[in-house]
Amino acid sequence: MSAPAAAAPAPPTSHLRIEDVVKRFAPGGAAAVDGVSLDIEAGEFFALLGPSGCGKTTLLRLLAGFETPDQGRILIDGADMEGVPPYRRPVNMMFQSYALFPHMTAAENVAFGLRQDRLPRAEIAARVAAMLDLVKLGHLARRKPHQLSGGERQRVALARALAQEPKLVLLDEPLAALDRKLREETRFELVRIQRRVGITFLMVTHDQEEAMSMATRIAVMSAGRIVQLGTPQQIYEAPASRFVADFIGGVNLFAGRVVGAERGLLRVDCAEAGAQLLVEHAALAPGSDVAVAVRPEKITLTPEPEARNRLEGRVLGAAYRGEASTYEVELAGGKLLRVTLTNTQRTIRPLAAGQAVTLAFEPAAAVVLPP
Amino acid sequence: MSAAFRRRAVLALPYLWLVLLFLVPFLISLKISFADSVIGIPPYTPLVETGAGGWRLHLGFDSYRRLVSDDLYAVAYLNAIKFAGVSTLFCLLLGYPLAYGIVRAPRRYRNLLLLLVILPFWTSFLIRVYAWIGLLNENGVINNALLALGLIDRPLTLLNNAFAIYVGIVYSYLPFMVLPLYAQLEKLDPALLEAAADLGCRPWQAFLRVTLPLSLPGIAAGGLLVFIPAVGEFVIPDLLGGPDTLMIGKVLWDEFFANHDWPMASAVAVAMLVLLLVPMGVMRRLLQGESA
Amino acid sequence: MTGRLSLFLAVMLAVGYAFLYGPIVSLVVYSFNASRLVTVWAGFSTHWYVELLHNQAIHDAALISLEIAVTAATGALLLGTLAGYALQRYRRFRGRALFSLLVTAPLVMPEVITGLSLLLLFVALEQAIGWPAGRGMLTIAAAHVTLGTAYVAVVVEARLAAFDRSLEEAALDLGARPAKVFLVITLPLIAPALAAGWLLAFTLSLDDLVIASFTSGPSSSTLPMVIFSSVRLGVSPQINALATLFLVTVAVLVTVAGRLMNARAQDS
Repeated sequence: MSAPAAAAPAPPTSHLRIEDVVKRFAPGGAAAVDGVSLDIEAGEFFALLGPSGCGKTTLLRLLAGFETPDQGRILIDGADMEGVPPYRRPVNMMFQSYALFPHMTAAENVAFGLRQDRLPRAEIAARVAAMLDLVKLGHLARRKPHQLSGGERQRVALARALAQEPKLVLLDEPLAALDRKLREETRFELVRIQRRVGITFLMVTHDQEEAMSMATRIAVMSAGRIVQLGTPQQIYEAPASRFVADFIGGVNLFAGRVVGAERGLLRVDCAEAGAQLLVEHAALAPGSDVAVAVRPEKITLTPEPEARNRLEGRVLGAAYRGEASTYEVELAGGKLLRVTLTNTQRTIRPLAAGQAVTLAFEPAAAVVLPP
Repeated sequence: MSAAFRRRAVLALPYLWLVLLFLVPFLISLKISFADSVIGIPPYTPLVETGAGGWRLHLGFDSYRRLVSDDLYAVAYLNAIKFAGVSTLFCLLLGYPLAYGIVRAPRRYRNLLLLLVILPFWTSFLIRVYAWIGLLNENGVINNALLALGLIDRPLTLLNNAFAIYVGIVYSYLPFMVLPLYAQLEKLDPALLEAAADLGCRPWQAFLRVTLPLSLPGIAAGGLLVFIPAVGEFVIPDLLGGPDTLMIGKVLWDEFFANHDWPMASAVAVAMLVLLLVPMGVMRRLLQGESA
Repeated sequence: MTGRLSLFLAVMLAVGYAFLYGPIVSLVVYSFNASRLVTVWAGFSTHWYVELLHNQAIHDAALISLEIAVTAATGALLLGTLAGYALQRYRRFRGRALFSLLVTAPLVMPEVITGLSLLLLFVALEQAIGWPAGRGMLTIAAAHVTLGTAYVAVVVEARLAAFDRSLEEAALDLGARPAKVFLVITLPLIAPALAAGWLLAFTLSLDDLVIASFTSGPSSSTLPMVIFSSVRLGVSPQINALATLFLVTVAVLVTVAGRLMNARAQDS
């Protein structure tokens, strides 16, 4: 793009920059995307994670150019995308339904974009072959979409989105249509391919496990806004809000009030826990309302006698999941907790319902969140 | 090419055509219904006369006056509603079990059965009505058969009466009833009937309490698809009807072709349209509900 | 739902199909009757077919009807596709309510009303601008385009509604311009609906008596008009023969179309 050079010295711009984008579908109605700003660097595998209706797919469609923002800007390598129609954007999308053209073969689908670019025939053929090899479908090039399995279709859609070597590939729930086993295998496959081609991937998903296992960074969205941005570990281990803590993985939450601070630990009085809990956290004014969040796998059973944050309860029920078991434990005050224990041995006897247990967790295992 | 320009380009041609060849013609017939009939070309008086004293609006209500005062029109009007209404009911009584039977038939026969319902529609309407003349005649196939079987002594009068009109309408419009009903019944999840049975419904109760209510949109659509065009039917009353089974569509035809009374024919058309506005409105609602 | 039909439904199916096909069978049978009367079976004869072959009026009318039907169906295909596309894809535009009314109303409008008002339009146009001079094939075809447009639009709209929009978005995303997307993606995928729409418009035109009677001129009697005037005079075995030929043609076309579709289904 030949922008007038006279403008203010361009700030060092990131690969994809989203600036305060707002999109409403009905004038005056609720915003589907409500002031989102985001910078994504080249080569990232970025995930937009959120429940359905949080605006993540709308944001994706804004990037592809199927929707126009009411406000804000989208820049790709510094070029403003305003008024640029989808067919001129250096962006390709992999649709949730794959949107493979049913009247064209796998190879023709992959070649579609290259033909639009009017590349020489031989070059198109070579690129199509390379792309289909990349997704290990070289032998099925002449099949039509309905002659392919779900997983094969998914890979054709990926090859088609990569063929034009776009600056950015958008993936709309790329694994949602696959069955569970295939989905888990494909996660690794997608990451491997992304590393190999080095193209920036932006994926939309509602599946937290998928986002965490694939993405380098995640933006958690809710009601049209980004509520937390970070690496998978940051988002899981240090959620910024009750929403994020609850949406990503299981969590036990205690409402409480700060009593005091001692040596980097915060003492929180939790009526629900029937105890004062110690949590690693910077000092807060006594009397502040907070929530204490503990992940189920960070709670131990049969703790050492000197362990802190000891809680007494009774087992209500158990869910055996193979690699681990999750127990529901009722505390004396009636509060229900979830505790996950890894089944490290084949012969572990599950806890029986009604059995009295003592639980504990380390101050560093819990997180203090706004109430 | 901008999106807005593209839209306008797509819309312009069909929009213009339909305004010019569908909307404007109605306005013209509305206008002519207020003219007086004269002998000449064209056989009606102009509404606006321009003369030395400027222009003068000339509204004639003769046609409408006759429409109200002459029993002929009222009878034809009511006949049309009666014949169309009763025929629609018979179409439903025959078409519902037919559609239901097709839905319940083994899957491999279903398309064939459906095709057999549609097939007559692709052959000539006129010829299908004509076929009934040969069947219903005083010395036609049915009378001959009944006489030969000894069931009757003298031929029955089956043609040129109300009976023939009912038969003709039901026969000609049956596919229009069966198709929407089939579409509706086919959507019905069989698990619903299993659930009803599971909850203690006998088959006929399940039909009355589950199938029938869920097929109401199909009944409404099919009923309107039969009723509306049947009200304006001309060919059937002309070929199968008699002197006392006049329908409004035939009256319009006769006013135009036999009496050359264009204003009267227009007034009849306007009156007919007014009659059909309500069912047409309902029909549109149904169509929109479908697409929404 | 599969399984056994109840006795009641089986009987109703039998009655229904007997009702639908009884008259047609009798038409065919009596087309081979040697006698002029339908009353008496006077032996097998192809006499009426021979006579039909030499009936110049029917020949001329059939040619006129075919020409009108092809013209009208093609016009209706063009206008109806545009109209159906607009109705499906442009959810909001000024005059949409009127437009959708105009598209769908001809479907149920009694033919006598449509025919009369179109005639009045043609007369008014002739008075005002001298065109079209008189009525004939042109005016009939124009009237049939209006009727056929409605049917094509409904069929195309339904097909587009069942169409995955992301296919078009994918093509745009891969760099195809909107016009190209329509040609390369949309059109091939709605082609069956277009074929069905064209055939529907063709059949309607070929079958129409009422609208054609209003909008025709002295030298443009269509086949239904000729049949009608002959039928009005009573039963004529020539018409039976014509009806039989009609049926055979339709049956052959339907079988061929069915085979073709089956072959494509096998292929895919």
